[in-house]
Amino acid sequence: MIHLERRPQPSRLWTATTPLIAVVLTMIVGGTMFAALGTDPFEAIRTIFWDPLFNTQFAGFTRPQLLVKAGPLILIAIGLSIGFRAGIWNIGAEGQYIMGAICGAAAGLALYPSESPLIFPLMILAGGLGGWAWAAIPAVLKTRFGTNEILVSLMLVYVAENVLASVSSGLLRNPEGMGFPGSRNFKEWDAAHNAEIVAGTGMHWGVVFAFIAVIAAYVLLTRHIQGFNIRLTGEAPRAARFSGVNPARIIFLCLGISGALAGLAGLFEVTGPAGQISIDFNSGYGFTAIIVAFLGRLNPIGILLAGLLMALTYIGGELAQLMLGLPGASIQLFQGMLLFFLLATDVFTNYRVRFGRSEVA
Amino acid sequence: MDLSAINPVLLVASVMVSATPILLAAIGEMVVEKSGVLNLGVEGMMITGAVVGFAVAVNSTSPGLGFVAAALAGALLSLSFGFLTQYLLSNQVATGLGLTLVGLGLSSLIGKPYEGMKTATLPKLDIPVLSDLPVVGRMLFSHDIMVYLSLALVAAVWAFLKYTRAGLILRAVGESHDSAHALGYKVVRVRLLAILFGGACAGLGGAYLSLVRVPQWTEGITAGAGWIALAIVVFASWRAGRVAVGAYLFGGITVLQLNLQAAGAAVPVALLSASPYLITILVLVIISARGMHGAPASLGRPFHAST
Repeated sequence: MIHLERRPQPSRLWTATTPLIAVVLTMIVGGTMFAALGTDPFEAIRTIFWDPLFNTQFAGFTRPQLLVKAGPLILIAIGLSIGFRAGIWNIGAEGQYIMGAICGAAAGLALYPSESPLIFPLMILAGGLGGWAWAAIPAVLKTRFGTNEILVSLMLVYVAENVLASVSSGLLRNPEGMGFPGSRNFKEWDAAHNAEIVAGTGMHWGVVFAFIAVIAAYVLLTRHIQGFNIRLTGEAPRAARFSGVNPARIIFLCLGISGALAGLAGLFEVTGPAGQISIDFNSGYGFTAIIVAFLGRLNPIGILLAGLLMALTYIGGELAQLMLGLPGASIQLFQGMLLFFLLATDVFTNYRVRFGRSEVA
Repeated sequence: MDLSAINPVLLVASVMVSATPILLAAIGEMVVEKSGVLNLGVEGMMITGAVVGFAVAVNSTSPGLGFVAAALAGALLSLSFGFLTQYLLSNQVATGLGLTLVGLGLSSLIGKPYEGMKTATLPKLDIPVLSDLPVVGRMLFSHDIMVYLSLALVAAVWAFLKYTRAGLILRAVGESHDSAHALGYKVVRVRLLAILFGGACAGLGGAYLSLVRVPQWTEGITAGAGWIALAIVVFASWRAGRVAVGAYLFGGITVLQLNLQAAGAAVPVALLSASPYLITILVLVIISARGMHGAPASLGRPFHAST
């Protein structure tokens, strides 16, 4: 008989290797799926994972996209991971991302057509605050009434989508846009444009903030007392209470950080790659970031790598759609499978597999 | 605004139709949670049920077969959740979220060729005598069979949990898996069965959306119905009868806001469309402010029999 024996401590070796095993398993099962769809699996895997970076013809165009897509994913996932560490499940990052974008864009558009250099910093501030405020709703409800933050934060995604639909054809609609829905294009307004910092690299301010967030989260979780309290709350809530950690403060801190980071990601997206507030500018980064957070083992450095990998699958997925005619949804499934395999192989991190009869203790 | 355009008979009838998918998913999830497992993948299983049911119904021109296939698809998907959480002891919250993401991807992959197609829908059952009653007949007694089946299912679940030995075991496993294990009950097996039932119910609920309510396949057809079903279980304090009340309440809100939109009410459309979600939050707040009554004590805790 096979049975599992709990490890006294999670295995560090397995913690590091399970994401890689999960990627390989996903490639195998995903390849089988591609084969079933009538595409050569090896060519599909190469198109998704290799061509965006190293193809001699078009890697020059696709390589900068890596940072463009990884930026928001990392930024959101870092925030989520801090909450997940404390056992606070904010799964409404998509809503916070939308609200951050709306608030930031509104703050900027209110001052159109000023060319003041203070516009963009103001928009960043408003974007972060917008996401923070949207995430504060589940935080207040949880601390005040004990309402489940999973359901509330998720419901707020749908509310945010309705707000987005409303403002993009109402409040924030471009007055010179011939009545089409969608705001002014930030790419045509230098003071508010989140342009590439170094041409041809995809590096924009959102990516810079993502890197800062990685470092800050690393310092917070390993060197700061609040980071310790967060980890303690997640691993031993009772012990945390006894040692004087205020659970309400942890809830506000975690949801606040993740909301603000998601809001920032939304703002950088809307002023940069997306260009304008429109009804479908959001592309599900808030949900994919959940996968990124887990794939990165809720560890800032891991999330950095996981974000880059997930960005690669986005770009590779688009390439595969273009060149091999693979359905766009298959890459979404691919990403979901990755999370599933990761959770499945995680058993080796926390448990030892024993063969033979189990003896009576 | 012209409120007289809203016909109360049609309103009640359409409330029953719009409540049924949520009711099916919620009653299944309630059984799962009663056994101590929190499956957040309802949305994913629902939408997979919706697309599989639709695809099978189109290909076989039999909506009944579509429902069967949808239940199987939902159960199959939930089996992967069950395997991960029960045998590989993965985190239930994370696995449930993963299930939703997988379900959403899978459904839009399967559904692509079926977009914009039409399907045969379930016939309205005109119950003799009853459906000929004035007003009430149209309101309550001329629906398709799934509406009545979903209500029968609620009654069956209620009786199962309250009066049968198996129901008692299921509740015991959900309240204290260690004690249930010590008494010799197969915790993992009971939970797996409950998870499968929940998956099948979610699949049926999804199929009701794509085969009767809409009836068409569009990407993201469930639009959060699975999450609302999860909220209804909390709202219902894990009681079958109240699940039905909750589902009909939310069905009512959905239909009412659609009717108000059509009647041109002086309320912003965005607010009306967001109202089911806002009211869900409001209800959750009210329920949890009163304290979490009746949550199974082992809900969401992984079970590992040490030796």
